[in-house]
Order: sequence, then structure tokens, then C-alpha cells
Amino acid sequence: MLLIPCPWCGPRPENEFRYGGQANLTRPAASADDAARGAYLYLRDNPRGRHQERWRHRHGCGRFFNCVRDTVTDRIASTSKIGSL
Amino acid sequence: MMQPFRTAEGGRIDRSHRVRFSFDGQAYSGYAGDTLASALLANDVCLIGRSFKYHRPRGIMSAGSEEPNALVTIDRGAGRIAPNLRATSVELYDGLKACSQNRFPSLRFDIGALAGLAAPLLPPGFIYKSFMWPPSFWKRLYEPAIRRTAGLGRTPAEADPDRYLNQYAHCDILIIGGGAAGLAAALGASATGARVILCDEQAELGGGLLDEPNVTIDGWPAPDWVREAIGTLNGSVTLLPRTTAFGWYPNTMIGLTERLTDHLGEPGSQRPRERLWQVRAERVVLATGAIERPLVFPGNDRPGIMLAGAARTYLHRYGVKVGKRVVVATAGDSAYRAATDLHMAGVAIAGIVDRRPAGDSEAIQSARALGIPIHNGMTISSTEGRNRVHSAKLSNGTDIIPCDTILMSGGWTPSVHLFSQSRGALVFDAASGTYLPSQDAVGACAGVFDLSTSLRDGTAAFGGEPRSFAVLGVPAMAPSEPPVATVPHRGAFVDFQNDVTTKDLAIAADEGFVSIEHVKRYTTAGMATDQGKTSNLNALTAIAGLTGQGIEHTGLTTFRPPYTPVTFGALAGPVRGDLFAPIRLPPIATPGAVQEDAGTWKRARCFPNAKETIAAAVARECLAVRNDAGMLDASTLGKIAVEGPDAAAFLSRIYTDDFTKLEPGQCRYAVMLGEDGFIRDDGIVARLAPDRFHVTTTTGGAAYVLHHMEDYRQTEFFAMRVWLTSVTEQWAVIAIQGPRAAEVLALFIPDIDLGTMPHMAVRAGHIGDVPIQLFRVSFTGETGFEINLPPDHAQRVWDTLRQRDVTPFGTDAMHVLCAEKGHIVIGQETDGTVTPDDVGLGWTIRGTDCIGKRSLSLPDLKRHDRKQLVGLLPADPAVVLEEGAQVTVAPSARDGLSGPSVGARNAQSVGHVTSSHCSPTLNRGFALALLAAGRSRIGTQLSVAGPDGGIPVTVTAPVFLEKTADRPKPSPRRTQEPLLPLADQPAPVVRPCDSVQLATLAPITRLSIRAGPAAGTAIGLALGVLLPTVPCRSVMTPNRAALWLGPDEWLIVAPESASELAALARKAVGDHPASIIDVSHRSQTLEIAGPCAAWCLNAFCALDLDLTAFPVGMCTRTLLGAAEIVLWRIVAEVFHVDVARSLMPYVRACLEEARLEFVDVEVVSSRPK
Ligand SMILES: [Zn+2]
Repeated sequence: MLLIPCPWCGPRPENEFRYGGQANLTRPAASADDAARGAYLYLRDNPRGRHQERWRHRHGCGRFFNCVRDTVTDRIASTSKIGSL
Repeated sequence: MMQPFRTAEGGRIDRSHRVRFSFDGQAYSGYAGDTLASALLANDVCLIGRSFKYHRPRGIMSAGSEEPNALVTIDRGAGRIAPNLRATSVELYDGLKACSQNRFPSLRFDIGALAGLAAPLLPPGFIYKSFMWPPSFWKRLYEPAIRRTAGLGRTPAEADPDRYLNQYAHCDILIIGGGAAGLAAALGASATGARVILCDEQAELGGGLLDEPNVTIDGWPAPDWVREAIGTLNGSVTLLPRTTAFGWYPNTMIGLTERLTDHLGEPGSQRPRERLWQVRAERVVLATGAIERPLVFPGNDRPGIMLAGAARTYLHRYGVKVGKRVVVATAGDSAYRAATDLHMAGVAIAGIVDRRPAGDSEAIQSARALGIPIHNGMTISSTEGRNRVHSAKLSNGTDIIPCDTILMSGGWTPSVHLFSQSRGALVFDAASGTYLPSQDAVGACAGVFDLSTSLRDGTAAFGGEPRSFAVLGVPAMAPSEPPVATVPHRGAFVDFQNDVTTKDLAIAADEGFVSIEHVKRYTTAGMATDQGKTSNLNALTAIAGLTGQGIEHTGLTTFRPPYTPVTFGALAGPVRGDLFAPIRLPPIATPGAVQEDAGTWKRARCFPNAKETIAAAVARECLAVRNDAGMLDASTLGKIAVEGPDAAAFLSRIYTDDFTKLEPGQCRYAVMLGEDGFIRDDGIVARLAPDRFHVTTTTGGAAYVLHHMEDYRQTEFFAMRVWLTSVTEQWAVIAIQGPRAAEVLALFIPDIDLGTMPHMAVRAGHIGDVPIQLFRVSFTGETGFEINLPPDHAQRVWDTLRQRDVTPFGTDAMHVLCAEKGHIVIGQETDGTVTPDDVGLGWTIRGTDCIGKRSLSLPDLKRHDRKQLVGLLPADPAVVLEEGAQVTVAPSARDGLSGPSVGARNAQSVGHVTSSHCSPTLNRGFALALLAAGRSRIGTQLSVAGPDGGIPVTVTAPVFLEKTADRPKPSPRRTQEPLLPLADQPAPVVRPCDSVQLATLAPITRLSIRAGPAAGTAIGLALGVLLPTVPCRSVMTPNRAALWLGPDEWLIVAPESASELAALARKAVGDHPASIIDVSHRSQTLEIAGPCAAWCLNAFCALDLDLTAFPVGMCTRTLLGAAEIVLWRIVAEVFHVDVARSLMPYVRACLEEARLEFVDVEVVSSRPK
């Protein structure tokens, strides 16, 4: 079970969290073309190594936050509050 | 009874306590303190089992958990048969029944041994090579045959009668291994004041020190030094004997199994058999020691051939001589100690065969001084003996030494399994020729074989001052020579458990396998439960020799957890039976109802009368709603309070409708889309006030919808001032539907005029004396109301209505009634690929920029031939179609609408049935279906796949009942009828126990406060309890408390009425945006108190509950088993557990289970303290 550092609550066991997918996706404006919309809906990074992603401390403070996790080692390099760097 | 190989004295066994046991039905006796292996050896039982592949006779090779050969089945009665236990790890108890495995008809005469003659036919990869063709033979011939012969032992067919526990634990230092280095590390660590856990797989701490009665440490004989060290550590270090560290998981989570009853003659019915520890350690120290390697020579697997160190263990710890006439084959000095010790005990040492040239270390000199013949520069080239070895032939080709035992020592391999699991870097040590952990190891695991160095290193493992110990009695030994990469003798066993020989490795090398990982998979060396404990380095050496690439370039295979096998019971722990998953029951008890699972809830499907079938009950319930009045417990629907100045704008994004123009007091049906434009959920959005909405979700979608909304609230529309609070369990809901609904409700509702209340409206009022929110909504097409009321009163309102002949109906009738009106059911008509237009809900899209709206204009979502919702009427009205059945067009009826034709002669699927029922109102079967271009097919004939061929159906619009005529409206009642009184709740039975008490607390007011800093401060000042700003902390005053639950979320606990308190808070916030919601009924509080309260919580809760990590006043949402709770530490030994009311029985049962071991101690007062 991973230990995930919630930016609010500190390190907590993985089962309190819910994965929130790739971070930093920009929701295109309604006026954007179909290709941009399709990419936003269905295209995701799948890196070997560092991955920018979102988690939510669902059974804790309820917050979404950003996380950098290495997909090879599962090590979490950092977590940060949404909106902060 | 004789124990012919028992020494006259010595050992750590209790000779005053004789223990009877049986092996393959034969009775024997041993002593308390024996293992099964030592007792069998004492009784001259040498043949223990048959090998996995070739059924070769095998004996005992080791004295520990590395044993690859002596696998037995222990039979403790029904459900308690444990196969594949290592006889070397099974503690003897009175009445133990052991059986050998993998033999037929008996151990001595085994037919399967013929497989040994067929060994040339079983080369590595033989399964891949032999059973390739034809494919059909796999199912009928190969697989059953392989399954019959594969595997060892048999599993019990009965349910496991034992209990198993789980424990989450945290520590600063976890020491794995309780030998010299581990104990020294614990002594060093305990001085630092750190939280330390030390575990060891054996029954007794001490490891190899227990084999050394003639060695002294600081003047104590080594076993006595162990006793003194344990005495020092007791109290400051958690000592766990009989506890195996089996796996190293991410972020230094170590899995341990503690065996609690396997060594007891009477395990008892209540005492747990094992405890699974999930230990989160800041640091781990591996003091796991080293495992002696067998020598690789032909015939090295015969019974009577054993590791040299094991012979010393049997002699010194168990008082057992392993043979009468012993040959010692070695590549190092340590085996000389075995030879001299056995010689001193009266065992004839027929010779020492040393691969190396003559040496002169103290150990060698001692052996020489005793006159033991030493053959240098030689190895054993073959052995003889069927069920026990009787001679060894030396590599000079002439000498044959008669013997009954061969001891072998190929050197020592540090036990790096756990370190390898941690993905730590193993470093090749050229001096010893082995791989060593790069960090975190002490003693033999770190390649240190000198006792005094191990002890000193151990004490300094944590950066402290190293402490030296005076060690006397260990003869000086030359360091072991590294193993050499050589082409080995063919036909010598390398992996004894998996029956892999050097010949198999040679075949693999010949066939081009170079990577050690490939060789492992191809030959199975190092696989399965053994994980290469005795074989890994020998296989590596052989492959390195065969490929000529050197040991350090060949590398090690990755070790897999578990280190030794773990029972399924330990892994499942208490998560069985009632605790397997929470069963959430709605607030209204409905005895006699047929129940079904709905999400995590149990809901009533229908309410059959005596002798009524389910179908008849559903039909009766449907007709009651259409013709009279029916009621449904709709409490499980998700409910979310959406509050804040931007609530309407927020909901207009989340749902497809525009709610900015919805008037307070009005409701609207609402559809939620994902970004992809597909329907996710539906519900009712009600505006209670300009900035307050009440939203319902489907029962199964409640958690998802809140998560989805929070995602947008926090990360996309974060500038909106809006808050979301789940109020699902704050409100019970009774839906009452039918022409008589208004009339019967009017009897009890004094303050809402049901006659003038419009459809899709919400009003606050009372039923009897109970405050309610009354919705006028309908999913049946009949007049309908939904009473939202405090759950404590739901039962009495239900029972009152029941007395007025309102018919209870369940989810089955609900589905029929919905489908008759063509209302979709999420998850039935939708599957994540359905747009609003597909199911005729295009009209709900009135918002300007709701989530998913843009995707609806993607080309694929506008295709004319998308699947669309239609109705189906079977030609035969008695037929009820199968849900999920394919709807087809006949080949002749091809109309160009059905997409590309595939196989023109076959009927082609154009969609499927999504809901199908028998309508008692229409008196016929009917169905909803999603069909390609479905709306254009209305009026046509299609076919639905049935068990006996196609069923003809007519496609219709998806509405089967015309709009029901307006019913006469009741005039407001002047006289009101009383509700039934509130029934008393039976108090749960609590077994008293001083260590930990459990009590459900009386209801108390709880407010959920969602606010920014300014409003938060204002509320705090008004309520006299400041809202904490530090995460996970509470502020307590004598009669109030404020708990931080999130950065803009607090829980206020107070004695006043909720309405009074909420009014006070609302007044205080003024114009600041805030959300203040009464959640008093949503949850209940369990108090767990006593010195063992934290321990009991940690059976199900993974948080560190040490006072330093979870101080008094700390509060947080977390999980207890599968239930979300708010955990709050009131004082050091008192916690409050706030839990949703439907989950209270589950949480209570979990904590009762954890408490049982303490309750038991007091009930069974005869147990010694
Ligand atoms: Zn958190």
C-alpha cells in the first residue's frame, strides 16, 4: 500500500485516496474544433517515469491535488495543492 | 517408546514433557520443544517425502524454513488440513498428525517414482515441447493429466474454522531476524527511545546462538545471553517470535504473519490462528542471517544427505544425532565444527571431503587432532542408497566410504530475499562470491560471519556508539572461498523442491538461454514457494560456468514475495462472512421483503404475502400504485446539498438544464453528462432558496456524482462560491405514489396544502410532529410525493401509512412502473455510451455550456444510425423478453438502416433489450430497447433472440401508458390523524472488558460548516468555539467542539438544537458566502475507550495512532475497514468514531471482532497472565 503525502493532511495510506487521472489537462473552449475536443477526451500521456497526475484525498480532507509519481518505481516525487506550483 | 537418535542430555527440548505424534499413521514420541523434523530424526525416520517431478525419495535437508524436501501435510481435523508445511518449521505438539505427500500408494513404494526412470522425457520446458498439438488435446487430455500430477499436497474442502486477525502497525525501526545481529540491533535501538519491533520466524528468539551452548558472550553461554537480552528488551521493544516477515511492499510496508495457535495441541475455537501485521517502518534492519548451500554432486538428494549446519542445530538445540556414521563434504571451514561437535557427541565421522587443499585454521586443526580423516582436493562423485544414503564415492574414483549420513557445506548465502523485494541494489561481493544488500543489513545477511563483529555492528546499526562483547569458544575459521563458475557434474540436484538438476540447466544453456531470468522460467529453478533459498546461488554458479559469463555478470533473479508461504486465512484476515463487505440497510425495516443488492445497499425488491410468488407480488404492487396508493423506501437515493451564491450557475454546468431561472420551491428532472457527452446519472434538482439546492442522485451513483461534482468545483470552476455536502443519510425518503396518495397524506400533514401544491415542487412542513421536506414528484406517472424526514421517524411514518392501507412496493415494481412510462433507469438504459438524444432526453439540454454539451456535436454523436430508445411489444402478449437479448432483422427485411451487412444469410443484430417486464396494467409483456436508428423503425416487425429461436416483436414508441388523467384533488383536511408513537430501540448487548469498551453515544447536534476564512471566523465567534485552521485538529470547549475536516470544511458538535445553532451561524456570516447544513442524523458516534482502544482501531484502520502521531484532539476522515469514518481522539485512551448510520452495524462488528481477544482474556479467567 502506497503512502501518499496529502498536501493538507500529510502522509496517508493509499486506500484513503482515489486516482484522478493525468494532471494539467486544459479543457478546450466550446469553440475549439473537433480534433481538439477529441484529444482532450481521449488522448493521455503514458510515460515511463515521471507522470504528472491528480489524486483526491477522498476519505480524508476531500481535496484534489497534483502529484508527480514515477510509473516505474511508484515513488512519489512531490505533491502540491491545486493552483500552487 | 524409543528415540534411538536422541542424545543422552543437552538441547533446548523439555525432556520431562514427552509428546506423542504420528507420521503416516505410525505413532512416535518426541519432546516439547522439538520440531516435527527433529522428532522424526530422533526416531530414525529419514524418508519424509517424494520429490515434486521425479518422485524421488527425500529426507530432511535443513533445520529451518529453507527446507526444500521435507514437506508434509498436517491434519488438525475438518477444515484444518494444511499441506506443504516444512517439517523443519512445524512445532511438535501432543497429538500432532503428519502425513507425507506426493506418493502412491505409500511413501516407501511409490508408483510415481517411475517418473524418475522417465526423467529423460521430462526435460525443462517439456510442457511447451510435448503438448503443442493438436489444440483440442489440451482440454481433453493434456491439461487434466498435468493437473492430476502437478502440485503437492491437498487442500481442505471444508470452510476454514479458524479466526484470523489483522493489525496495522507503525514503528521507527523494524528488525527482521532475532539472532545475534538482530538482538544486538534491538539493544542498540531500544536505547534511542525509538519505537522498535523485532520479529523472528522461529518459536524462540536467538537464531544461531541457540546452537552454541559452548560459546560464551560476556561470560554467559550464548543461549543464556539470549535470555538476558530478551529480558532487557521486554517492555521497550515489541518482540514477535513465530512471526515471518514475508513481503516488502512500497513505502516500506512490511507484511508479517504471526502464528498464534499452530504450535498448540488445543487451538480452541475462539483464539485466532494467525495475525497479519502490516507494518509501516521508518527503517528496516535485515538481520535475516544466511542459508547454507548444498554441494552439487550426483546423488546429492538422497535421504540422509543434509546441510552441515543443520546437523549442529539438531545436536545442540534438539539433542538429536543425525546419523551414526557421517561423511562431511565441504568447501569451507564451518563444516569442520559440525564434524568435531558430532564426534564429541559420539557420532563416527567417517571422513571429511574438502574441495580445497589442506588448511590449518583452528577449526581444521581441532578436527585433525580428533583423528578425523580428511580428504583434501576432492569432492563426492556419486552416492548410493535407496531410501537412505549408504555410501559416498569420492572423486579420486577409488575411495568409497560407507556411511548413513552425508553432511554438505557449499558455503553460506546471505538471505537477501526481502532486500531484493524492496528493489534495493544487491552488490556482488567478489571475496565471498555472493550478493550482499547495499544497505540496511547486519550480521550474516550483510556477509559478516564473525559473531563478535555481528554483535558490535548490530548495536551500531542506528548510528549509535558500537558496543563490544567478549565472545569466547568460536574456533577461528578461514573465510569461505567464493563459489567458482564451473561446468558442473551432470545429474546433480540444484533446486531440490522443483527437481531441477545441473543437466536441466545445461539443456537450457545449450538451447540458448543466457539470461538468468529466462533460465529460471524455463527450468523452474528458484521458483514457487521455495524462492531459491538453497538453490539460487548454485544455479547461478552453474549457469555462469555453462555460459562462461562469470557469476557477477550473470546476476540474480528477482526474489518474489512471500518469503515462505502465507495462508489464505492470514491474507483474508477478518474480512470474511459478515465483515466481508458492509451491508447497508435503509432506515425502514421491512421484514418479509425479498431483498436485492443496490450499490452497497440492500433494498426490498418486493413484499410477497404468504404463499405469493414474486411475480404475483410485483403485479399486485404495481396495480396498487396505478389504482390506489403505494409507497417505496427511497432513502438510499443519493442526496447532495448544493449551497452558495453560485450554486445555480454551478448546477447549470453539472447538469444539462439551466437552473438559474428555477424558482425556490420548484424542482426539475436533471441529466448529468460526462465530458464525452454520455449520460452518467440523473436525478431531481430542487431549489430550496436562492442559494440552496437539494439534488438527488441514483442509489448506485451517489458516491460517483459527489466525486464528479467535487472535481469540477475544486479544479475547473474553482472561482464559483459553492459547496457540496452529502445528506444522503440525513434524510429518509418515503415515496408515496398513486391516485390516493394525496388523500392519505393529507390525514397527517397539517401545514402543506396538497391540493394546490403543483407537480415538481418542494415544500417544508410536518408530518404529524415530524419536520419534513415534501417533494411532489413522480416516476410512475401517478400523483406522487416524496417525504424527506429524519431517519429516526421513518419507521413510524411508514407503519402509520401501512395502517392506512398504503401498499409497500419494492424496486421490482418501481422498475415496471418507470418502464411503463418510458423513464430510463441509469445502468439499465444507459451504459456510458448513450447520449440524451439517444434516449429521447434531448429536451433536457437547455443550459448554455454544460459539461459534455460540446461533445454532443462531434460527428459520431450525431450519426443518424445511433442506437435509440424504443419500445418493443412481443407478438405473443404472454412473452416477457430476456433483458440483454439481441434484437435482429431477418435477412429479407434488410432495410439499409442496419449498417454494413455481415454474413448476408444470417439475421443481423441491430441492438438489444435494455429492460423487459410484464405489465399488470397492460396485461402483457413489454420491453425497452436500444436499436440502431430505432426511432425510424417504429411500427416495423423485428425479432428478438430467445432460447427457442427468434421471438417476433413490434417496435413502438417507448411509452406504454398514456398520460394519466388528473386525479381529483383533495381538499385540505381540518382534522389531523396522529402518527404511531416512536418505538424504543433495543440497546446493543455489550460484553464488558476493562481493556477496551465500546458504546454508542446519544444523538447530538452536528453542523457541517463550509466557508471561507472570514465567514469561518465569524461563525466561530458566534458559536463560541473557534474553527481550527490547522489540518486535522479540533478545538474543544466544555460543551462544544469544532473539527477540521477539510480546508473549508468543519464539523460543529454541540448540545443545542440544530435549527437554533444553524440560525446563530447564519446570522453570524451575514453576507459572506457559506454553507451551513444540519447533518445531525447523517451519522452516529461510537466511543471506544481503554488502554487497548488504539490497538483495536488498528485492526481495521491503517493510520498511526501513537500519541505522537495522532495526538489528543486530532480528528480526520479515514477508513475503518471498508467504511469511511471520522476518527477523533478525545483524550489519550478515548476515541470517537463518527460513522454514517447505515455503516454503524458494520463498524461496530469490526470493532467487536478486534475486541474479542481482550474480552476473551477476561472471560477465560483461567488463562495464566
Ligand atoms: Zn488530505
